[in-house]
Amino acid sequence: MPLPTPQPNVRVVTLRIDDRDLSAREDETLIEVCRENRIPIPSLCHLDGLSVWGGCRLCMVEIAGQGRLVAACSTRVAEGMEVRTDTERLRHYRRTIVELLFAERNHVCSVCVSNGHCELQTLAQRCGVDHVRLPYRQVPYPVDSSHEMFRLDHNRCILCTRCVRVCDEIEGAHTWDVMNRGSDCRVITDLARPWGESETCTSCGKCVQVCPTGALVKQGTSAGEMVKDQHFLPILARRRHAR
Amino acid sequence: MHLEDLAEQAAQYRNEEAHIEREVRVCVAASCQSSGSLPVLEALKSACDSRGAGSCKVKGVGCMGLCSAGPLVAVADKDCDLNESVLYRDVTPDDAPDIMAGVCGAPVERLRCPTDQPFFSRQHRIVLEHSGLIDPESLRGYIAVGGYAALIRALTEMTPADVLREVTTSGLRGRGGGGYPTGLKWSTIAKMPPGQKYVVCNADEGDPGAFMDRAVLESDPHRVLEGMAIAAYAVGASKGYVYVRAEYPLAVERLETAIRKARRAGFLGAKVADTQFAFEVEIRLGAGAFVCGEETALMASIEGLRGQPRPRPPYPAESGLWGCPTLINNVETFANIAPIIREGGDWFASIGTEGSKGTKVFALAGKIKNTGLIEVPMGTSLRDIIEVIGGGIPDGRAFKAVQTGGPSGGCIPEAHLDIPVDYDSLKTLGTIMGSGGMIVMDETSCMVDVARFFMEFCMSESCGKCIPCRAGTWQMHALLDTLTKGRGTRADLALLEDLCEVVRATSLCGLGQTAPNPVLSTLRYFRDEYEAKLLPDA
Repeated sequence: MPLPTPQPNVRVVTLRIDDRDLSAREDETLIEVCRENRIPIPSLCHLDGLSVWGGCRLCMVEIAGQGRLVAACSTRVAEGMEVRTDTERLRHYRRTIVELLFAERNHVCSVCVSNGHCELQTLAQRCGVDHVRLPYRQVPYPVDSSHEMFRLDHNRCILCTRCVRVCDEIEGAHTWDVMNRGSDCRVITDLARPWGESETCTSCGKCVQVCPTGALVKQGTSAGEMVKDQHFLPILARRRHAR
Repeated sequence: MHLEDLAEQAAQYRNEEAHIEREVRVCVAASCQSSGSLPVLEALKSACDSRGAGSCKVKGVGCMGLCSAGPLVAVADKDCDLNESVLYRDVTPDDAPDIMAGVCGAPVERLRCPTDQPFFSRQHRIVLEHSGLIDPESLRGYIAVGGYAALIRALTEMTPADVLREVTTSGLRGRGGGGYPTGLKWSTIAKMPPGQKYVVCNADEGDPGAFMDRAVLESDPHRVLEGMAIAAYAVGASKGYVYVRAEYPLAVERLETAIRKARRAGFLGAKVADTQFAFEVEIRLGAGAFVCGEETALMASIEGLRGQPRPRPPYPAESGLWGCPTLINNVETFANIAPIIREGGDWFASIGTEGSKGTKVFALAGKIKNTGLIEVPMGTSLRDIIEVIGGGIPDGRAFKAVQTGGPSGGCIPEAHLDIPVDYDSLKTLGTIMGSGGMIVMDETSCMVDVARFFMEFCMSESCGKCIPCRAGTWQMHALLDTLTKGRGTRADLALLEDLCEVVRATSLCGLGQTAPNPVLSTLRYFRDEYEAKLLPDA
């Protein structure tokens, strides 16, 4: 479910993130405070306006006094919290997670329509992933071009479920969902019918805009043209929640 | 309903059975059923009828523990327990006339299974106290052995705070594996503001080699319902769910029967035992996903959603089913509640060790003589469990390792067998108690293979929500596969260790966080086996 809208009488706490003293509303999550204060925190599943998912694990941070790492997207701030967002350990974990993603499906940028406008690609560059230590799985997944305007390429999908959530929570259609388990997980439309035959899809294109990679794209765009626009999302989400 | 009414019902049942002197008890739990105990039961019943003996009763009962010797039949004086009975092993329907002839005369020696062996005498049965003695489908049989008295006592003589105090005093820790103090969990939920609250029984036992919860549900289902009702009274809940995996059809069937009968008798429903307390229980079937044993995934599944975990906090105690405070405990935890209320928390706390009170049910499986179900006090040493109670390793082979805690646990080598089994000491060995599965391995087992097996399990049971678990377990399995085939290099081994660390530290739920444990623990104690399989350095 989406995070509840801020209460009028919400307390303000102070905390330290990477040696900076910051203040935050008690109901904010760490990732919100970091983004407000321009502290870079990588994430592929989190998007302002969608419910918290906690699936990509890239936003894990260290909190003083806690042995376990926590995900910044699903952890609320607390008074006196001391957070580290960029330690050697975290950098190593993030790099490995990005490598795991690259090895899982086909993320060869040179033949991707989203080349240059891909969040995974940008993240890999930021994390310094210049090669992948792990063997590639090399499973060929199908491409669904049955929709007249959009295309779904499972090979590029990182299962962040942004499309599932935006369709359910913002568009209200719930066309998308996930089927199977583990590495066989796949996003589906309706009950795994081709997207073009979906009876619930409104062709609004929100799923395409929020997709971080080249998994969901507009038909007919050439490589490098597929620029995505997500600015509508927080505005729509806030209006919807305000009702 | 008062305690006196209950005692009256029990007395009435005993009166009706007053003419019965001897009982022939046939195990009808799943293990013995699978080795053919139902035809044995039928044969014994008809042999009993044809003899026209009125003083003998043939009945189906729950698990007697020694599953490897099934079908098991116990002949005993009424009210005598398993240790005082004549136990027969590997019984076939053809043995029925001999057994019936031996009921009043000399026992049938060729079928006898001694009950003075350590497997029976070293056990301390609390959770399993009625298992193998009562008919799991008979509510009256349960009442006759004191069933539901604890619930009525709690409802009529104790406040919810009294119940919480007893459970806290008992020192009971969650038997699902986490070992969280039960009293603390209960009081957290009790302290949440009044309103809709839920009690959930986690019976989604998915660990390979574990069958404790199944046996409890099949042998004594009312016991679990009674524990849930007491819990609901203590925390202020009015609705309960039992989440059982669909692979346990017999457990589900007996539980359904028990719920129906308990409701009709007024132990569940709008006015439990004629008090103002209301409690309804429903069964939810799990479709066979291991991750649904994780509490947040289990709740999602009960709500009708895809069974995948969500980040904690918020914990279920604060925001559980449909956002309401929810108490989730395992089958065995609930089964401990009635005796704690009956005998008092201090009594329970006097059993076991300093940090782990009471007893624990273990399922012995693998290369061990006596496979089956045992219940021993916490603190019993692993060596006692395996060599004395379990009878050691068959075929003259040597012991190699024991895996505790299922896929989330680890392997313990011979050198650490003298450790007392409790939550904290197992943790120091890099494994966990888990729900109580124990898989014993002999010298023929390859520990790299074992690690690969558990990794394969985790890989195929990963829900796919978080990347480290979904893709990490796949890569680890591939690496282990390469290693077992003798094609791995030193770099592969280093990569495997690195992945273990990343998956453990970054996964979303317990499945991923503990998936590396079998690898880490085998690397810790059997590193030489990994190294022996490596390709020579180039």
